[in-house]
Amino acid sequence: MSRVEVTPGMFSMAEQKPSLKAPIVMAVVSAFAFVFFAILGPTTNVNFQITETDAFVVLPDLSLPSNSLGFATAIIMTLLSAASLWFGIVKKRVPKLLVIAFGLVAIVSLLGWIAAGADVPVGFLLGNTLVLALPIILGGMGGIMSERVGVVNIAIEGQLLTGAFLAAVIGSISGSLWVGLIAAMLGAALLSTVLASLSIKYLVDQIIIGVLLNVLVIGVTNFLYSQVITQDNANLNFPGTFNRIELPFLSQIPVVGDAFFNQGATVYLTFLLVPALWFILFRTKLGLRARAVGEHPLAADTVGINVARTRFWWVTMGGAVAGLGGAAITIGNVGAFGREMTGGLGFIALAVVILGRWQPLYVSMAALLFGFAIILRIWANQINPVIPVDFITMVPYLVTLVAVAGFAGRVRGPAASGKPYEKN
Amino acid sequence: MSKANVKIEKPEDDSTSSQILREILTGSATRTLLSVLVGFIVGAIFMVAFNPDVLNAMSYFFGRPGDAFAAMAKTIGDGYGALFRGAIYNTQAQDFAAAIRPITETLRFAAPMIMAGLGVGLGFRVGLFNIGAVGQMAFALIGVTYVATRLELPFFIHTVVAIIVAVLFAAAWGAIVGFLKARTGAHEVIVTIMLNYVALNLFSFFLRTPGLLLEQDGAGTPKSDPAAETAVLPNLFTDEYRLHWGLLIAIGATIFYWWLMERSTIGYRFRMVGFNSSAAKAAGIQVERTFVWAMAASAAFAGLAAANQGLTAVGGVTPSIHANIGFDAITVALLGGSRAGGIFAAGLLFGAFKAGGPAMQVVGVAPEILNVVQALIVMFIAAPPLIRALFRLPQPPKRKPISEWVAARFSTKKVGK
Repeated sequence: MSRVEVTPGMFSMAEQKPSLKAPIVMAVVSAFAFVFFAILGPTTNVNFQITETDAFVVLPDLSLPSNSLGFATAIIMTLLSAASLWFGIVKKRVPKLLVIAFGLVAIVSLLGWIAAGADVPVGFLLGNTLVLALPIILGGMGGIMSERVGVVNIAIEGQLLTGAFLAAVIGSISGSLWVGLIAAMLGAALLSTVLASLSIKYLVDQIIIGVLLNVLVIGVTNFLYSQVITQDNANLNFPGTFNRIELPFLSQIPVVGDAFFNQGATVYLTFLLVPALWFILFRTKLGLRARAVGEHPLAADTVGINVARTRFWWVTMGGAVAGLGGAAITIGNVGAFGREMTGGLGFIALAVVILGRWQPLYVSMAALLFGFAIILRIWANQINPVIPVDFITMVPYLVTLVAVAGFAGRVRGPAASGKPYEKN
Repeated sequence: MSKANVKIEKPEDDSTSSQILREILTGSATRTLLSVLVGFIVGAIFMVAFNPDVLNAMSYFFGRPGDAFAAMAKTIGDGYGALFRGAIYNTQAQDFAAAIRPITETLRFAAPMIMAGLGVGLGFRVGLFNIGAVGQMAFALIGVTYVATRLELPFFIHTVVAIIVAVLFAAAWGAIVGFLKARTGAHEVIVTIMLNYVALNLFSFFLRTPGLLLEQDGAGTPKSDPAAETAVLPNLFTDEYRLHWGLLIAIGATIFYWWLMERSTIGYRFRMVGFNSSAAKAAGIQVERTFVWAMAASAAFAGLAAANQGLTAVGGVTPSIHANIGFDAITVALLGGSRAGGIFAAGLLFGAFKAGGPAMQVVGVAPEILNVVQALIVMFIAAPPLIRALFRLPQPPKRKPISEWVAARFSTKKVGK
């Protein structure tokens, strides 16, 4: 044990011990689906409305008995569990694609069970999933940017709220949504500089300062809302939303086209931002330096990277991205600011960062899961589901808990995340 | 090298009076007072900056600056005056009994914040950040509401059983966090946030489901029956004051916390893990098991707060009964420095903020400003360099590393005098 062996992947995020936890969890879920969705499932028909009636390509509705769908999906899920078990036995890591496929089938299975005897508007669900997930995705990107350089960002909630507030108010006053958008990003970035300077220069506990910034922003926006905004709602809090822009060709794709490519500017900005962040983090010198600072600040310092400055700028830029996420709530979706309207989305973003393992693409997918859970709750309320809505709401939180507690191996974040670095 | 350092650290002027002054200025009491002061000053700036009268007077500031200053002074005086009248002593009341009502309201609001604050503070002392007091309270409220509305027990025993159930429910919910942290290394911040949502949804499910906790003949709105009269926490004084036995429970909890953390063996173990978990492990303490116990103990205090809320809810428990006490508890614990006395005092201050809010609303100042003041106070407390820079306080004497201490203590040559 005197010599440290260097193994492939030792320094990367990809390194995880293969374990049997993932197959076990998948098998349990499959068995659950077999019992409740298939054997005990209702025999009434469920009707998937795959395309809108006025779509470019109209596909027929898919209508079949709920329990048959339960059987079909449960069998597929069992096969996928068996495949992951095989990966576990031969000591290989379960491919992410397999886990994602399993999740998608599980969602279809759940939908078919909830909506027995009713219609499932697929396009409506997909489109709203994306719009509702947007603040979580962007908040998550902000979280990645600061955690990758080693600063834990609990203040995402506050940054989202700042962005939502400024986008609505500045957008209304200036009459331009773009000015509102820029104000949201600047405001949230400014808030981030407080987090950055207090945690980097003054070495204050990052989690504590994040929690306090949230309380501060909630207080300030609530105060301004009651004291100022409500006096003149028409002029101060009526920005409107970005127009939908239909992308040619892409919006004609059946099923997903209208949901994904007939959206407002905030959605398209996110489509550009997520891959861009992935590219910068993993394919450029800039990203390599950022990750080095987050993994081993002393080593980064030794090779001449300015740790404090790198952290400061990445945290600040992360704030700007989260601010964009806040803007996506008001001027991208709702059209006005409301008290504490983020309602915990920032904390969900925090969880999503871990669930997606600090990788922009996986984080976005995890955020979509939460967006889907939100719209599922709204939609399920209207169709009288077989299980209480509260339990549907709980699912993504439980999924996060299972993931954090070691689904598919232990999750490992940037090594120096949360630790201040003091230069000697 | 070590000797050189020791010499530099000696204050140049060591007359006793300046040393005492230095000790006071670098002490935490001064910092706390200054932080509170700065918090209130920034709050005043906010009040002034967004007051219509002040803005109006500012428009002709150069014509008659006196007007603007008068409007500013009036706004600040009105706002904080209302806070005082709403939270401590109502100078406009008819008689003495009504005049002291506000202070009893402050105590009433303070009690659950002190209880939950003690829980969060206990977590801090063990090095655990318990953001989950909200969820622990929600889960405890399921138990306490069930006992209070569905069981029939004699007077007093009913209350005691309800409180015990609340504490056990909360402790169990908290222990999950400790268990997950100990077994899988999951960070308690994420786990507690997720468990908050799970518990809140579970609580709302129980409240809206007939046969579980939903009120008799209730439909639609999630709300329980009022607690049985045998279970309600009785009022301390006459019915004119709403102050109840919760205050005594809070005082008892504070004393117990002091004993637990400063005098008991298990508290010693808690603190040891908090100071340095590796050293504690080396000393033979089972750190993992301590995490589970500490989280359970931390949550148990939140359970007391839940009992306080559930057993005094007028007309039945609703999903908003937890009143964000779980989050306020974090600021209470931070301001109180996780010490029993400090948490008690911090709970009183923030209880006063809650009691005084409505009175501020009456004079046209949005009481949300108090949340800003609250956050700022704690932020200055949490960031000592900030307040030191603001008031040019001297740096505290640097804590000597142990090796230097040993060198200074046992070297043959005396260092200094």
